[in-house]
Amino acid sequence: MTPALEIRGLKKTYKNGFEALKGIDLEVAPGSFFALLGPNGAGKSTTIGIITSLINKTAGTVKVFGHDLDTDLQAVKRSIGLVPQEFNFNNFEPIGEIVVNQAGYYGIPRREAWERCEHYLNELGLWEKRKDMARTLSGGMKRRLMIARALVHEPRLLILDEPTAGVDIELRRSMWDFLTRINTDGRSIILTTHYLEEAETLCRNIAIIDDGGIIENTTMKQLLAKLETETMVLDLSEPPPGLPEDAPVALRQVDELTLEADIRRGQHLNDLFRVLDQAGIRVQSMRNKANRLEELFIRMTRNGQSPSHLTPGASGASEQPENQA
Amino acid sequence: MSSTHLRHYWTAFRTIVTKEVLRFARIWVQTVLPPVITTALYFIIFGGLIGERIGEMEGYRYMDFIVPGLIMLAVITNSYSNVVSSFFGSKFQRHIEELLVSPIPNSVIILGFVFGGVARGLAVGVAVLLVSLFFSPLSVHNAPVMLVIVLMTSILFALAGLINGVFARTFDDIAIVPTFVLTPLTYLGGVFYSISLLPEFWQGVSMLNPILYMVDAFRYGSLGHSDFPVAMSFAIIAGFIAVLYSVALILLNRGVGIRS
Repeated sequence: MTPALEIRGLKKTYKNGFEALKGIDLEVAPGSFFALLGPNGAGKSTTIGIITSLINKTAGTVKVFGHDLDTDLQAVKRSIGLVPQEFNFNNFEPIGEIVVNQAGYYGIPRREAWERCEHYLNELGLWEKRKDMARTLSGGMKRRLMIARALVHEPRLLILDEPTAGVDIELRRSMWDFLTRINTDGRSIILTTHYLEEAETLCRNIAIIDDGGIIENTTMKQLLAKLETETMVLDLSEPPPGLPEDAPVALRQVDELTLEADIRRGQHLNDLFRVLDQAGIRVQSMRNKANRLEELFIRMTRNGQSPSHLTPGASGASEQPENQA
Repeated sequence: MSSTHLRHYWTAFRTIVTKEVLRFARIWVQTVLPPVITTALYFIIFGGLIGERIGEMEGYRYMDFIVPGLIMLAVITNSYSNVVSSFFGSKFQRHIEELLVSPIPNSVIILGFVFGGVARGLAVGVAVLLVSLFFSPLSVHNAPVMLVIVLMTSILFALAGLINGVFARTFDDIAIVPTFVLTPLTYLGGVFYSISLLPEFWQGVSMLNPILYMVDAFRYGSLGHSDFPVAMSFAIIAGFIAVLYSVALILLNRGVGIRS
């Protein structure tokens, strides 16, 4: 099946000599919900800029549903909808016109454009505000406006660059539901986000980019399986009489009513709770200290470490996220 | 190019022009009204008060002589400023990206912005014409010449405004050319006088000013008087349009000022 996105040897060197992309290869299957993660300045936005033809590449090839960026640019553009990181609409234009004009740029007649505009603004809860100037919208509404604008020409590939930045939790979850729904309908989605919980919840495939190169490209399931150690936080109902010396995991007291336990892959929580019970420690609740993907992400992208550091047997104190700078 | 493509491009072109017209219409107090008031003051002060003492210019009442020039002054400055401010504004707010990610050829983007500028130039030109009727009767010697010249002139200056907008990085950059180039050229382009009044040397210098030919040809269409053959004026304006359009297209194709 033709990939939704196929990138080979993509390089970008800016005029000031900064090498933003050092020859990346990337493939996104059609219909997938794909996370492209990386720290600030890693090359995510440059990659998206090149795919959407906002940035000129230095070398390499980009194909979208088989259409080559160099030889079939119009078809590439028709296939893509972009929700950029920064607000990039005219603040002094009514939001209905912003969406309808975008449809017009794709050759969609005005009457049909208004029908589509109504559909997507309704889906995203903005239709009642269609006559309002964009500058009057809240941050969350502006994000949703950009999603409606990106979808109005019915692209097969939707690229979202930090779509939920600055959006409150309730709205973020409603946006997740919406994105999941349009992905289920068959639209391929590429997502960059700093909310790793978001990537873990939504995406089935993931690539991590750091320092201009792809350092991981796999399924979310396989990536999370690489997590060697998870830190669990135990909230106690009363101060512990003392920490058991024979605990099967590394255990430490954070404050009067909180313990942290490092659980290695393959260890059973039952063993831990048995020891805690024998020591007279009463656990009221338990949670992950950090999101699992977040733990992996921090380890993989810091100091250019390769994924091999995540393999079993390579664990150690220096790999604990809370101990690293 | 298939008919589907042509239909899409036509829709895209109309969308840009409509957007541009709505943009300046929404802020008509800033875009349409000021040039009308300024020109009305020109009519009162130069045409009425001072003009009475000047007497005739090339056989015409001074007020009648300056009307075509002042209409052209309004058309030129408004065609230019509409496109330069709109294009730079779209770069500044980054909504130029709406166009850059969509499948519109650069030629259609250029034409869309240019005809948005033409629309404002003509709107203000008509408004100034209506104001002029309070001071001078409408004089039409050759209507097609008037219409074509005003249309070509507004296209030319809309293109120039676009090129300025491409290079502009700050708001200062969009004010420099109108202030230091456009206004002097327009004022020295025969709006207020016939170049036959100038010494021979300055007549020669004036002939390097393209605005002179536009004002002269428009005045021919209105009054029937011209210092140069109208065909020459058409040829010069057409030449400038061809050059500026080519420059604009090359700049956009290279992504100057809009793509990293």
